[in-house]
Amino acid sequence: MLTKRIIACLDVRDGHVVKGINFDGLRHAGDPAALARRYNTEGIDELVFLDVTATLEARGAFLSTLESVAQEVFIPLTVGGGIGSLDAATAVFDAGADKVSINSAALRDPSLITRIANLYGSQAVIVAIDAAADSDESWAVYARSGTTRDRRDAVSWAREAEQRGAGELLLTSIDRDGTRSGFDCRLTAAVSGSVNIPVIASGGAGTFDHFADVFTEGRADAALAASVFHFSEHAVAGLKVFLATRNLPIRLC
Amino acid sequence: MTTVDVIDYGAGNLTSVLKALRSIGANPRLAQTPDAIAPASALVVPGVGHFAATAALDQPWRDAITVRLRHGASLLGICLGMQWLFDGSDEAPDLPGLGLFPGRCFRLPNVDGIKVPHVGWNSLERTAHTSPILDEVPSDAYAYFTHTYAGPVTGATVATTSHGVPFASVIGRDRIFGTQWHPEKSGAVGLACLTSFVRIASEAR
Repeated sequence: MLTKRIIACLDVRDGHVVKGINFDGLRHAGDPAALARRYNTEGIDELVFLDVTATLEARGAFLSTLESVAQEVFIPLTVGGGIGSLDAATAVFDAGADKVSINSAALRDPSLITRIANLYGSQAVIVAIDAAADSDESWAVYARSGTTRDRRDAVSWAREAEQRGAGELLLTSIDRDGTRSGFDCRLTAAVSGSVNIPVIASGGAGTFDHFADVFTEGRADAALAASVFHFSEHAVAGLKVFLATRNLPIRLC
Repeated sequence: MTTVDVIDYGAGNLTSVLKALRSIGANPRLAQTPDAIAPASALVVPGVGHFAATAALDQPWRDAITVRLRHGASLLGICLGMQWLFDGSDEAPDLPGLGLFPGRCFRLPNVDGIKVPHVGWNSLERTAHTSPILDEVPSDAYAYFTHTYAGPVTGATVATTSHGVPFASVIGRDRIFGTQWHPEKSGAVGLACLTSFVRIASEAR
């Protein structure tokens, strides 16, 4: 049976994982490669590297970090942040990424989805959607890290992204992001029920129960989190055992 | 060090396959023309995307691969590369596969609200047809899949996986193998499978 995926997100700035790392016994706390290795050992299903770097020099360092991770961690690796063109996508694929996650650039020019999919396959293209509630039943899409409201709503943009060749959607609730109050299950269920491609839920993870909720009520195919994994050792392994005892299909290592 | 020729026919990104083969101590080379595979004892046919992409594996490629197999080379088809080993696929009905395994690939059905494409980690269920390709893979293993079409379960199926319906997730006969999943992206399970493949190929030389 297809399992529910647990995905760890590493926000990388100037060669370091941000959002606070607090591992005891991890010699290079904040080192993305060390953290990636650790998550891999703990049984993480996929890794997302988000480049939150501003400068070109740091972009080069980010790509070399990715390259070193890809030489020893053989699970799906996704890169997001700063991918605004086919050339930028090619650079991260060449460095070892299996998928790219595109957000603002896809809103600006939706044909980018199709152009990357035509060259690398739909399985390599994730469209990231940042959404915030407008009302009880509708969610607005935001660009530029949640700062600019787009005219589209989340469900119709999700459908369009699928039609244009996205292989997966990474859906982040702006309302819940950073709150640790749980995923937005209604948003996730609304999008997941409207498309035939997998939906990765993001934003709001605080407890193991939140993951169980988003896989059941939220109908998510995968769930992504960052700090909830960074802050405690063995959180990934513990979460997976917990979900398995809740009778959710989970890959245990 | 066993040389593995990875056939590059333009279907997707081969970086991961090359890195995984290097990590298990093999020496992968990209073969971009049929002439380039002449001395190889181990061939990998990778590939992602639409079956139509295998049109690039034209007659000169088919001849070169067939000749190498006749001389004892081993072959591993991955994902689309495995589907190409069958007679063909409903995804591009006019395009013949290599026909080393009987049957046609079919579209996974949308049943019971199951999403297609099939993306993620799913389990490998062994059949009665054992193969050395899974010698080092635990019996309850999970592997990483991403695909819409799949090969039928036949006597050559080594493992099946279910997504709405069962399909062939590992096939094998003699020294010819295929995995619908991605060994280069399936962690320790995938590396174990690649290690077995390279060992089989080097022993056969």
